[in-house]
Amino acid sequence: MERHFDQELADLKENLLRMAGFTEQSVAQALKALVQRDDALAKKVDADDATLDKLEIEIDDRCIKLLALRQPTATDLRFITMAMRLSGELERIGDQAVNIAHRAEELNREPLLKPLVDIPRMAEHAQGMIHDSLDAFVYAKPNLAREVIKRDEKVDLLNRQLHRELTSFMIEDPHTITRCLNLMSVAHNLERIADHATNIAEDIVYLYEGRDIRHQNE
Amino acid sequence: MNASLTVTQSKREGAAVKTKESQSLPLTRPATPGGKETTSRGTPVSEVAFEVDSLSCWFGQHQAVQDLSLQIPAKAVTAIIGPSGCGKSTFLRSLNRMHELVRGSRLRGQIRLFGENIYGPRIDPTLIRRRVGMVFQKSNPFPTMSIRENVTVGLRLNGVRNHIALEERMEKALRMAALWEEVNEHLDRPGTSLSGGQQQRLCIARALAVQPDVLLMDEPASALDPIATTKIEELIQELKKDYTIVIVTHNMQQAARCSDYTAFFYMGRLIEYDKTDKVFTNPSNKQTEDYVTGRFG
Amino acid sequence: MNTSSRYHAWRKVKNLTMSGLSFTCATLVIAPLGLVLFYLITAGAGAIDWHFFTQLPKPVGETGGGMANAIVGTLTLLGLASLIGVPVGVLGGVYLSEYGGERMNWWIRFGADVLNGVPSIVWGIVAYTLVVVPLKGFSAYAGGVALGFMMIPLIIRTTEEVLLLVPNGYREAALALGIPRWRINLQIVMKTALRGIVTGVLLAGARIAGETAPLLFTAFGNRFWTHHLKDPIAALPLQIFTYAISPYDDWHRQAWAGALVLILMIFLINIGVRALTRERFSGATR
Repeated sequence: MERHFDQELADLKENLLRMAGFTEQSVAQALKALVQRDDALAKKVDADDATLDKLEIEIDDRCIKLLALRQPTATDLRFITMAMRLSGELERIGDQAVNIAHRAEELNREPLLKPLVDIPRMAEHAQGMIHDSLDAFVYAKPNLAREVIKRDEKVDLLNRQLHRELTSFMIEDPHTITRCLNLMSVAHNLERIADHATNIAEDIVYLYEGRDIRHQNE
Repeated sequence: MNASLTVTQSKREGAAVKTKESQSLPLTRPATPGGKETTSRGTPVSEVAFEVDSLSCWFGQHQAVQDLSLQIPAKAVTAIIGPSGCGKSTFLRSLNRMHELVRGSRLRGQIRLFGENIYGPRIDPTLIRRRVGMVFQKSNPFPTMSIRENVTVGLRLNGVRNHIALEERMEKALRMAALWEEVNEHLDRPGTSLSGGQQQRLCIARALAVQPDVLLMDEPASALDPIATTKIEELIQELKKDYTIVIVTHNMQQAARCSDYTAFFYMGRLIEYDKTDKVFTNPSNKQTEDYVTGRFG
Repeated sequence: MNTSSRYHAWRKVKNLTMSGLSFTCATLVIAPLGLVLFYLITAGAGAIDWHFFTQLPKPVGETGGGMANAIVGTLTLLGLASLIGVPVGVLGGVYLSEYGGERMNWWIRFGADVLNGVPSIVWGIVAYTLVVVPLKGFSAYAGGVALGFMMIPLIIRTTEEVLLLVPNGYREAALALGIPRWRINLQIVMKTALRGIVTGVLLAGARIAGETAPLLFTAFGNRFWTHHLKDPIAALPLQIFTYAISPYDDWHRQAWAGALVLILMIFLINIGVRALTRERFSGATR
């Protein structure tokens, strides 16, 4: 039987997807601002964050009302609680995008240290992870989510590698310290983004399988 | 779940694409769940169906409703909750002048239905009851009548003779009550041959057939199993597009699920009256809080 | 252990005694009926033949003849009585259950119960005073009035009872549909209770069908066909009475036969009532 509640859940999902799309876009624009040295785009990412915050509040408010009014159970309950978590993760990814945009603005004030290679690679991984974890959500593919979780390792590896490389840069030439620190910060932001994507993936597994797979190999 | 939640990804990407073009996220959707509810929820009470002014009701010496005033919005669902004996049913029955049928009952105060005082000196209660339909706790299709006759009884006994019109109204009412598909093959079977949930929907159809403005429901699902209850609740959501609905329920969850506004009664008094989401997420009154959280009542 | 089993045995004895007693009493109810029927059949069945239902009584001395006029007369009187008793009784019952105030109802019920206890001969006197005297003669009308008056209190009470059995939910549902009160009573409440009302009417009919006393100086009896309701009319109980106190053997036999037919008529009505009530419980009212 089709319930009115189903329509409300579908609306909630739609809102979540809009927020997800917007988050992905923010991350992409922040990186574009960095790579193409585009200050205006960086400022836009900063400004757009308010919208993401608003969406998060809106989704959480909706979830609380649904919890209070519909007393959801089973899949419905998991979906609504996961929606609240998802909105939080997405909002934080958005915050990381804002951080990257800020770093980009600072980097843009100085000449390019060197052509960016590892950062875009890391970014590609992190973005892929966001994208796939959200796909796992949309298409109800918990296995895709599991696979995303495994990919976090790679981003961590790249981050450490970049760390070492930038450290050696700084040792060689102290003039690069500011730029290297900014780039390290960006790498760190990307690593955080990948972590959030991992969290999302874990939530998706819980949503569709009802199994909590967090903190299992610690 | 999958069926309802699988909004295609195009929406997610679509949203992103759109924002790229327009450079801002269109946040036109209001923050309330369910698009259709927005008009009644988003804006303050637009049109008032009932205006109740310092209403008091008595049974003999016992005062069941005490100096109660509230406004019930049109085309929305207003739920009345409260522990047994809080006067909620009495209040409901005062809205279609059924309270006065009880021997020894009295009533004071004013009730206006779309501006007209229903207790005015020249008002025929029978005509008020035609405008304000009622569905009872126990489904009560007339046992001597078929399904068809049950639905049309309100029209026939009020003098409608035209068979074509009767058939039309019957089908419309049964469709609105979400019963048509289940019974259209055997309209001549007795109304009492249906299942409990179907009988209750038949009673709703019977009430709808006279085309009232308002539908009062007195614990319409309390005698039904969960599935039948869900069906009635879904039906209420559909009906509020066309009707003002006032539902009395001792089931708080039901009030939460299917109403837009909730009034909490206690000992014959109105304790709190607000939008349902407010009452159930953040009630203003301590007694309401205790009741909706199940601490008393 | 021991005491409890002894206690148990004592309880068994009590139980057996009580059920034995009630069984005996129940048999005492059935037994007379059986005896009466048996005696009636042995004494009366012989006199029942086709002529009994089709012919008028023969003059003294001639054998044969029947009670056709009395059978028709009884049915006519029942019909006339119903014309008075059914509408007044049913509407009175409707008033009691649907309209009356408590005080008024108390008086009506009290009145009906007293009337129920009034000896039937008194009804005969009432009808005599009201009908026979003004019309200057015995008549079918007078008999009908006497029996009709007797039906009223019976029907009032049974109608009230069955109407009160109609769940209030139906009245409320109908009122909430904005249906006028009189239509609700007529087309919903009475329709729902129709079987019960008919049952009450039939029982009242069965009750008065055998009345003799009120007919003695109202319908009076008639050896011939009655062509006008203003004339005296025959009735089975009257005929039986007349024949039974006569000195002729043939008439005695006919009286037995008449009694048998009368009993069978009442029997049939009762069976009809049973059929009606049985259906009511298995049928629509769930």
